[in-house]
Amino acid sequence: MTSSSTATEISTHRLEAHEYQQNFADLHPPLNAHQASVEASRCYFCYDAPCMTACPTSIDIPLFIRQIMTGNTTGAARTIFAENIMGGMCARVCPTETLCEEACVRNSCEEKPVTIGFLQRFATDAYMETAQHPFKRAPETGKTVAVVGGGPAGMSCAHRLAALGHSVTVFEAREKSGGLNEFGIASYKSTENFAAREIDFILSIGGIEVKNGQALGDGLELDALRQNYDAVFLALGQGGSNNLGLDGEDVDGVINAIDYIADLRQTPDLGALPVGRRIVVIGGGMTAIDIAVQTKLLGADDVVIAYRRGQQQMNASRYEQELAQTRGVKIVHWAKPVELNSASGNVQAVRFERTSLDEGGKLVGTGETFELAADMVFKAIGQVLLTEPIANSAGPELTRGRIMVNDERKTSLNNVWAGGDCIDGGEDLTVVAVEDGKIAATSIDLYLKSNAA
Amino acid sequence: MADLRSNFLGIKSPNPFWLASAPPTDRETNVVRAFKAGWGGVVWKTLGEDPHVVNVNGPRYGAIHGVDRQLIGFNNIELISDRPLDVNLREIKKVKREWPDRAMVVSLMVPVSEESWKTIIPLVEETGADGIELNFGCPHGMSERGMGSAIGQDPEYIENIARWCKQATRMPVIVKLTPNITDIRNPARAAQTGGADAVSLINTVNSIMGIDLDSMAPNPSTDGKGSHGGYCGPAVKPIALNMVAEIARDPETASLPVSAIGGISTWRDAAEFITLGAGNVQVCTAAMVYGFKIIEEMVDGLETWMDEKGYSTLEDFRGAAVGNIVDWKYLNMNYVVKARIDQDKCIKCGRCHIVCEDTSHQAISTEKDGERYFDIKDEECVGCNLCASICPVEGCIEMVQMTEGDDPRTGKPISMDYANWTTHPNNPSAAAE
Repeated sequence: MTSSSTATEISTHRLEAHEYQQNFADLHPPLNAHQASVEASRCYFCYDAPCMTACPTSIDIPLFIRQIMTGNTTGAARTIFAENIMGGMCARVCPTETLCEEACVRNSCEEKPVTIGFLQRFATDAYMETAQHPFKRAPETGKTVAVVGGGPAGMSCAHRLAALGHSVTVFEAREKSGGLNEFGIASYKSTENFAAREIDFILSIGGIEVKNGQALGDGLELDALRQNYDAVFLALGQGGSNNLGLDGEDVDGVINAIDYIADLRQTPDLGALPVGRRIVVIGGGMTAIDIAVQTKLLGADDVVIAYRRGQQQMNASRYEQELAQTRGVKIVHWAKPVELNSASGNVQAVRFERTSLDEGGKLVGTGETFELAADMVFKAIGQVLLTEPIANSAGPELTRGRIMVNDERKTSLNNVWAGGDCIDGGEDLTVVAVEDGKIAATSIDLYLKSNAA
Repeated sequence: MADLRSNFLGIKSPNPFWLASAPPTDRETNVVRAFKAGWGGVVWKTLGEDPHVVNVNGPRYGAIHGVDRQLIGFNNIELISDRPLDVNLREIKKVKREWPDRAMVVSLMVPVSEESWKTIIPLVEETGADGIELNFGCPHGMSERGMGSAIGQDPEYIENIARWCKQATRMPVIVKLTPNITDIRNPARAAQTGGADAVSLINTVNSIMGIDLDSMAPNPSTDGKGSHGGYCGPAVKPIALNMVAEIARDPETASLPVSAIGGISTWRDAAEFITLGAGNVQVCTAAMVYGFKIIEEMVDGLETWMDEKGYSTLEDFRGAAVGNIVDWKYLNMNYVVKARIDQDKCIKCGRCHIVCEDTSHQAISTEKDGERYFDIKDEECVGCNLCASICPVEGCIEMVQMTEGDDPRTGKPISMDYANWTTHPNNPSAAAE
């Protein structure tokens, strides 16, 4: 468990079993066939469709929606998977309100976009239930690729390479693949073990071997991989969490949000998770929202997200912010933590200083402070790439603490590519990671076929 | 308030909306419900000779749908009344007695024999009905037995039967025409020659609604088989408008009263038929899709529009559009329009561009200052109306007449003079005109 606390205000089983079930049910129940047909008919089949341009993976959205409209759900799913093999998960977790649906021209006339995400889920769910795979592998090329990391970027890259006929080995540090899809995102966005089912779906193309429990730097070295495989794709994610930089951060009750969410996603019994009555979440991104909402759903009384800047600057979309607020989470802006107060080894409260922007646009403290009582304090202020695993090898060049890549996701090393959250410019989005994997796979394929390997 | 009262061949009704001869007018229960709802009249479902016909025990109807399963077209393989003649006559008499202010016309279909017609007509007359409609239109089932549209496709039969009927009754005789012919004017002229007081049109169009791609059976399917049915509903309205206009434009039949039928679903549809000369309208499919309550919208809509336009009676605008339906050769070739996109209304879907680019005249650009922006290239635009037709936003694209300068496409100066094909230099027979 994340934290064994002695504080009396932290406890398990705050709710009845059925309440957990209800609270962590699917956030958006899937569309039925009638709903999908009605919604699909709203699509205008735009020329050079803005939604398609807005999609990081360039899914042909007007085409797949028209396929749904004509009853060709199978074709719709193939259209989606052709560009995004994780179309199922992206339909669930993409911030569509800032991507495809924001670009929908229906916004201009009626402020209500076609619900592209729901339609995508309709098609992909239906297809995945058939237990088929939409693609056939090209004949074996005899080339081998090592993919390090079994998250969205790694699996996307592995799938495309396998489809092109290469043999792929995925090395995944954890016992389960899927990365943040499996361990990171909020539980109510990926119900019924969807992340794991999606991995099985991807692997069903064949040609991909997954080795779990194999972490880079722990008996698995980049140098050796580069020697033993024709190419390497690094999809390491960001294994480290940022710290607040305050005294007493190691007391009980101060927790990395990402770790707690991982426990939450894997536990067979949500009631067994200890949760406080008063929760303070520090951060302004999707993880902050996810931990805040989920602790509330686990039975916490007061959950406050404190963010050092304003609403506009929050990385979490407006939709996500509203989701949190409608679940009873309070969001406090312009407040940065300055002190952790604890007693008997347990956190008791966080003192915040109010902030503002000075004339130069720099964030400054105003000197005014206030305190929020807290049984648990969650840190959700970003992740960092852990560089130790590649320290023993001739590693790729880094920039701003992450791996530097070119447009083809190639690193400074001649047979090493990288993608996902570990690269500079990564956007912490599943859909962007999938695209990274796709782009890298195309580049790797060209490299392998050019015989340079 | 506009006066919606209608007097068609002396048959009075509080409004011009009658229910057409069809399932909604099959029996007392339905007709009384319709009158309670406010319908001006009915044409009772077609009576035939005893023994009465029987219908299939499987599906009688099929439909095609648009967005959100909105019904666009409908068809049926139902035959004429499948109840004994005396039951129908008794009910007609009772309903007419109880609803004297509503129009009660009775549709008839019997074999091509003078005796058959002259036998049934007195029975109808005895009910106190206001008129009879001769069903020469139904294209399915009955036509195989030499009735319905089999008659409507033969002007000689039409004329003869109309004459027999006129001889047999003082009631007004309306001849219901089938659209399953090449030129509607011929049956209309025949009806007139036979002495019919009016024609009603259109009856339904021969149709197969679809094929089930699993069973390979048509829709509707009777045990895996189907026969063509009669097509109706909003999809057939343009066909009906044209046929009504053809009769109104034909000098021979210009004064022949018309009861218009064909996809009338709203007050607006009805008003359009009346502008083409119809004396009243008959509705069926819309009632079968939504129930009788739609009459409230139809009456109120027509009244409101007439008030807005200052029309006090139906006669004030009846036929007002007939003069504007002309042969193609009389269209003004000097009338030049260009599409205009209202950029405030444009939602930038780009459909106008791609359809013009792919299927028309490459006259719509896609970009301005690096932004998505759709605009008309006047030098390419032929004014075809495709873009305006497919634009999802009403009123966003309009065709605007050029009244001065040169047409950038042809380089020719705009002329406000009228000039048609008959005198056009490219017309080989121009000199002869």
